[in-house]
Amino acid sequence: MILLKTINLRKQFGETRACDGLNFVVNKGEFLSLVGSNGAGKTTLVNLISAHLQPDSGQILLEDRDITFTSVTERIKAGIARSFQIVNLFDGLSVFDNVALSVFSREGKTIKMARLADRDYDVRRETLEVLGRFGLASKAAVPAGGLAQGERKLLDVAVAYALRPRLLFLDEPTSGVSTHEKAQIMDTVSSVVRGGMVTAVVIEHDMDVVFRYSDRIVMMHEGSFLADGTPDEIRANKEVASILLGAPLTA
Amino acid sequence: MTTDAQPRSLLKLVAAAVPVLILLILVPSFVATYQLQLVIYGLIAAIAALGFNLLLGYTGLLSFGHSAYFGVGAYSVAFVAEHLGPHSMEFYLLVGIPIVAVTSALFGYICVRHTRIFFGILTLAISQVVYSLALKLYWVTGGSDGLRVPRPALFLGLLSFSGPQGFQLFVRSYYYYVLGVFVICVVLMWVIVHSPFGKALQGIRDNEVRARFLGLRIRRYRWISFLVSGTFTGVAGILWVPLNGLTTPDVLYWTFSGEIVFTALLGGFRNFTGPIVGGIVFTYLKTYAVASTEYWQLLLGVVLVTLVLVLPTGIVGAISRAAQRLGPRKAAP
Repeated sequence: MILLKTINLRKQFGETRACDGLNFVVNKGEFLSLVGSNGAGKTTLVNLISAHLQPDSGQILLEDRDITFTSVTERIKAGIARSFQIVNLFDGLSVFDNVALSVFSREGKTIKMARLADRDYDVRRETLEVLGRFGLASKAAVPAGGLAQGERKLLDVAVAYALRPRLLFLDEPTSGVSTHEKAQIMDTVSSVVRGGMVTAVVIEHDMDVVFRYSDRIVMMHEGSFLADGTPDEIRANKEVASILLGAPLTA
Repeated sequence: MTTDAQPRSLLKLVAAAVPVLILLILVPSFVATYQLQLVIYGLIAAIAALGFNLLLGYTGLLSFGHSAYFGVGAYSVAFVAEHLGPHSMEFYLLVGIPIVAVTSALFGYICVRHTRIFFGILTLAISQVVYSLALKLYWVTGGSDGLRVPRPALFLGLLSFSGPQGFQLFVRSYYYYVLGVFVICVVLMWVIVHSPFGKALQGIRDNEVRARFLGLRIRRYRWISFLVSGTFTGVAGILWVPLNGLTTPDVLYWTFSGEIVFTALLGGFRNFTGPIVGGIVFTYLKTYAVASTEYWQLLLGVVLVTLVLVLPTGIVGAISRAAQRLGPRKAAP
């Protein structure tokens, strides 16, 4: 079952073709990794699909519905959420409120000003549940600005996850943390995402992480797709391996 | 338990507010009319700053034109007093509040199309337009002489004030009137900033991009925040004018907007109670500065510079930090 596909999607910055006519497909329920060197166009692709950028041409279809020209708000309603490479949190709000704001927004309750946020017990329960899944329940009352980097990365994912998306884009969820924390974060993220039946597209540089957690790997290079397959297929592809791992091609 | 954190803080707030409220209720038994007048002006300044701070502290927008909403409140009361029905405070509020709300909605709609310095400049420019109109349309506004406002009756005409003791009696009763409105405003604002809407504003303040990716329509939230903010400040203007007995274009001039900003900074714009404390302290500060030296503006300037350099979080911010340092430390989890 195809959840999302792009048809001939193009985006150019000056002379650089960040997305050079991409036909990208995401299947329902898969954990897909998007890999490639810096500047390959991975983040641009995610920005186009999440409406952070407008494409120059091409189409984006979510279950055959054309969403190419819809707004950010409409895409979130349609079930597309994302996290950010550089952590994007509400630093002045508590960890609890960061996630609660997501829940309130999803339920269309953020316009309510005549009742106390903390008295909405349904939202409260759901928020604590999401925090629990991400192992952040003990930090609920801490301002988001006071968290350690690894926790911030997790919270960033939790905020997107609390929107209950069908399709979740994670832009480098483990960048800037130690190797040890990387595994912890990916364990948490993949178990939450798989447990919640969410389709996930992850941009990731660490190939160990990619091979270990992905169902499918799509590799980008200079705005085009270079390879697409299961971890085993990608591992077996010598050309891809040389670009990914920087190893010389052996004859 | 983290889950209990919020209700407990509500209890703490009530425990802190009740003694202050009792003190405020008892104030008239201790002080003379002139002093009482000052307290009323302080409460009014607090309401104005409370409204202003919804934009600055909670939405992250610095308005340099809130004199417009205070002034529109004051002038709408003056028009009502001059051209329409009864000299009744309830009537003034009933007519004044919709006028300031509509004005704030209209000007806010224009201003929230921009943020940061551009937002500030827009608010300033619009308030200066209103000021010029008040000055030039003298056949309507009385020009630089302004408009006189007679003493209104309070509580649906139950209390009216004439005769030789009229003014003293009015100030005594009006104090409780303003205190009542002040309490309503504080409670309303407290609920607003702790509502889902209030959280959304703070989210937008902290991170506009992320707020957008939660599906929030940023501009709409800023607009509603502006509307509420302007209306609160307008209510302050409505309450101010019967006590002053006169409104002149001074309350529309940009320096008055500056005083509102000053008030919020003085008390601390990062705390809910900051603008309230700021309003009362500023009123006294200005009154005594004006009375003691003709260089009072210089004095206020020095205070402002000192404040920004030494107490960037304002009076309340500094006190709460000191209390945290002195108070019992919470055990680490």
